[in-house]
Amino acid sequence: MAYINIPEGLPGIRGLMAFRPETAKHLNELAEVLLRDDHTLSRGERELIATYVSYLNDCFFCQNAHGAIAQHYLQCDIKTLDKLKEDFESKDISEKLKALLSIAASVQQSGKEVTPRQIERARSAGATDKEIHDTVLIAAFFCLCNRYVDGLGTSAPTDRNYYVNRGKMRAEEGYRQFDLYR
Amino acid sequence: MPYISLEEHLPGVTGLLEFNRHTAEPLRELTQLLLRGPSSLTEAEREWIATLVSYKNNCVYCATSHTAAADAFLGEHETTQKIKEDYNRAPISDKMKALLTIASQVQESGKSVTAEAVNRAKQLGATDLEIHDTVLIAALFCLYNRYVDGLNTIAPTDPRYYAEMAERLKTKGYYRPAQGYDHLKNK
Repeated sequence: MAYINIPEGLPGIRGLMAFRPETAKHLNELAEVLLRDDHTLSRGERELIATYVSYLNDCFFCQNAHGAIAQHYLQCDIKTLDKLKEDFESKDISEKLKALLSIAASVQQSGKEVTPRQIERARSAGATDKEIHDTVLIAAFFCLCNRYVDGLGTSAPTDRNYYVNRGKMRAEEGYRQFDLYR
Repeated sequence: MPYISLEEHLPGVTGLLEFNRHTAEPLRELTQLLLRGPSSLTEAEREWIATLVSYKNNCVYCATSHTAAADAFLGEHETTQKIKEDYNRAPISDKMKALLTIASQVQESGKSVTAEAVNRAKQLGATDLEIHDTVLIAALFCLYNRYVDGLNTIAPTDPRYYAEMAERLKTKGYYRPAQGYDHLKNK
């Protein structure tokens, strides 16, 4: 049971968006621009940053909802993604993405945890100012979303296949105008 | 020195918002709605939530800016200062204390918010919308604090900077100034 009276049958952030559509509009617009607009980081890479931060914040709904979307873009299975979350440094992803995930992990703890060394590593691997900026903002945005979803005690389906099965649909419809009730 | 190349005359979050105006737009709109939109909480009360969370996150730029904004609405400096020191002993309503407890829990983690804290706020008259907005304002400042410090932006040390900022936040809110920020270049 959520801490406030939200419409029934809408898990995670969807119930909160139905409760307050005025704030939902801006949150979804930010998600659309950060995670889906044209970018030198792929949509899969950006969803992976979102998933990883949500995993570190232990937010079940967000890490599974965005994990499923990342899986769809990256064409990988849930096991591969789980292993990536546990230890991305040893996995077969680009050095640039590793450097950005490391920055995201520091942001999850606190803005002050990000070090010049991490930024240097990202730059040496070819990361641009915009990629570093957007990585920090995606990580910070999911620190918002995870707190919003868990701080109001929303419910989430426990079957992880629920999210996996919806990944493709959620990826295709985007964030700007999706049907909360579907 | 900021970690990315920002305009030198724009410290703190302002330089970041100008760096990427596509992401700035929805952030500004959300902040304006939560902190200045129609609400049964006053502007000062909502600025206190922003201030307390920023203070707990040790974000000097945000804590100083929102302290100044709250003080501008109140016309005094004592109350906000007492809230930062120990809000339970500050001269504010019991409902506001209960909401600040929820905000403090959100600052730690969404999972730290307890049913007990929410029930206490409700018993003291907080509505669902007030509780919702308290959680979302606290979460929004967990974003801003990480954004501002994660990119190592500059926090000015001159109190006049924050006094001018507070006046702008009080009278104009969080929208981007129509004329941009070029007028700050020669300061």
